[in-house]
Amino acid sequence: MYKDFDQNKVPVKNDFSSEGYLDMELLRFTTAGSVDDGKSTLIGRLLYDSKSIFEDQYEAIRASSEKRGEGYVNLALLTDGLRAEREQGITIDVAYRYFATPKRKFIIADTPGHIQYTRNMVTGASTANVAIILIDARKGVIEQTKRHTYIASLLRIPHLIICINKMDLVKFQAEVFEKIRKDYETFAGRLEGSDRHFIPISALKGDNVVDASLNMNWYKGPTLLHMLEEIPISDDYQKGSARFPVQYVIRPMNEAYHDFRSYAGRISGGTFSKGDSVRVLPSGLKTKIKAVFLGEEELEKAFSPMSISIVLEDDIDISRGDIIVKADEPMVVTQDLDVMLCWMAEKKLELQGKYLLRHATKEVRCVIKEITYKVNISTLENEPENKTVGLNDIARVVIKTTAPLFIDSYNQNRSTGSFILIDEGTNVTVGAGMIS
Amino acid sequence: MNSNRLSHLKELEAESIFILREVAAQFESPVLLFSGGKDSIIVSWLARKAFWPAKIPFPVMHIDTGHNFTETIVYRDWWVKQLGVKLIVRSVQDSIDQGRIAEEKGVNASRNALQTTTLVDAIQELKFDAAIGGARRDEEKARAKERFFSHRDEFSQWDPKNQRPELWNLLNGRKSLGEHFRVFPISNWTEMDVWQYILSEKIPIPSIYFTHERDCFVRDGVIYAHSPFVQLKPNEKIEKRTVRFRTIGDMSCTGAVTSEASTLEEVINEVASTRVTERGSRIDDKRSEAAMEDRKKAGYF
Repeated sequence: MYKDFDQNKVPVKNDFSSEGYLDMELLRFTTAGSVDDGKSTLIGRLLYDSKSIFEDQYEAIRASSEKRGEGYVNLALLTDGLRAEREQGITIDVAYRYFATPKRKFIIADTPGHIQYTRNMVTGASTANVAIILIDARKGVIEQTKRHTYIASLLRIPHLIICINKMDLVKFQAEVFEKIRKDYETFAGRLEGSDRHFIPISALKGDNVVDASLNMNWYKGPTLLHMLEEIPISDDYQKGSARFPVQYVIRPMNEAYHDFRSYAGRISGGTFSKGDSVRVLPSGLKTKIKAVFLGEEELEKAFSPMSISIVLEDDIDISRGDIIVKADEPMVVTQDLDVMLCWMAEKKLELQGKYLLRHATKEVRCVIKEITYKVNISTLENEPENKTVGLNDIARVVIKTTAPLFIDSYNQNRSTGSFILIDEGTNVTVGAGMIS
Repeated sequence: MNSNRLSHLKELEAESIFILREVAAQFESPVLLFSGGKDSIIVSWLARKAFWPAKIPFPVMHIDTGHNFTETIVYRDWWVKQLGVKLIVRSVQDSIDQGRIAEEKGVNASRNALQTTTLVDAIQELKFDAAIGGARRDEEKARAKERFFSHRDEFSQWDPKNQRPELWNLLNGRKSLGEHFRVFPISNWTEMDVWQYILSEKIPIPSIYFTHERDCFVRDGVIYAHSPFVQLKPNEKIEKRTVRFRTIGDMSCTGAVTSEASTLEEVINEVASTRVTERGSRIDDKRSEAAMEDRKKAGYF
């Protein structure tokens, strides 16, 4: 299918050093799926048609496909970077791929789709603007579709693009597409969050991936690439209240900046401007923003997800782990968390077990007080009787922390509504939580 | 449309600055690995922004193979002075003299792989607990699997199949005694992003990234700079060529490209039209399909 590979024929007409090319938006999307879904083919198609596969990369995977006795150039080898992955023919880890069009830059978090890799899917989903869900047109909505959709919804990926793939194998029939769309809406209707878009495609033949299909005149919507280029994403970051978790205190202690002190961090919601009335948590003290800096450049205002430093009017004792908020946008303070938890370690979650909890830039100890239910990620039913939470399981859990935390619900803010659990014995990240 | 929109370069910058500040907050004794190449220049530029007006709160270390381009070393010394940071140099020659490693033999000998021992020894000697590097995920497929905070055990080994998951903005740098982390703040940048950022921020870079005339020879289709560190084969001839370098590594294993690009704008458009990855000119990666994975497991950058 990639026999016509000849990228030398493409002269560059655009000036990549011009204004427009220096100011493009960055979109992060995740794809979950197994080999059978045509996921690798789809990614290969996007990379190939956007001229993002280089000659030496192509040559390397062509040679190894041949060595492995495969009849075609196996594009999965582009993403399966570890020796174990190539040997077993599966994606084990999250692989990041990059490509660009004249409109946007893209980061793909390519994750395996099998149930035993739920933790990788969750990891890839945690920073994504968009999730692509692949459905085989011959099979329709299956268990895996539901699981991927559930994870996308749980992680609050703002936009879902559901690609009904392999339309060429069902004679490009509108009825097949419509039936799958209806089936999908029936089960996804009760899930919260994302907006949903449906596209009939053939990744193998290229229909509606980059170029509009000539075989499906009944479909009037955009192609997948067009949708990825146009879907509005800047609001994803800035909805909700202004939050600034303090990461680091900058004190130059030199002649030129004798008494200078600023607070460094990454804005995780809303905007902050010079002159804003703010409150510092947990002390609750009020002050005003005297200046906002990005490096040495002073800014009038800054917004999520910028990394900045803030100078305040008053001399207040502030350290890493504190959060600066707008004076009229309070946060919930609590030691009791009701959360959805994805477990990521072989060693099972322990009721009454003690873990280290990292929330924004703060670390506290915590104890697991209650396992309310485990989610059966095949049927998506809640199982209150099932308290055994192991690798790749998702459960609703009640946690008590040893110190108060200032939180938002994950619904309102993906940064201040999330946390990880760390095993103090091994230092490994064992769980990822979303605050209800 | 929302007026609060970040360009891709500004968003990548924000992510990298966040990671550099996490290093300063979570580790006792970090070090920034500096080769004089564009990627480590970018990382040091971002570090300056991250902590301004304070100085970068960690030293810079160069693992010196002794096979450098002169221009790189001149640039290094000038740039470190601009930053006002301490420069530590550890040399592969010393490791050889101490009998820690043996020089490779033959016409394709390179000191690239030997750097690993010098680096690991330096980390242990100087008790660094985080070594910040300029590696990017788009460079090579084993690097595509790297975390921002990448754990190394007490033998400095990387265990790619057993990496800590990294979610949201939450980076876990906890470790036991004797272990350390490699940190990659520009993981998500592509070669094009790096060049566009250099242009938009007006970052000074070594002259050999631009076109110049140089004595070269060709081996296996790759153009090399003539240097005292490489033995010529009988049929290889030295000739003047108009070239520039896309990456800067050892003189013995970094290939040049034929180029007339004398400005950043010309370099960017050349990069945009090139159909070979930048590491395509690096012989160190060509030794086997999993060359990079194997070197990384042993403690390479």
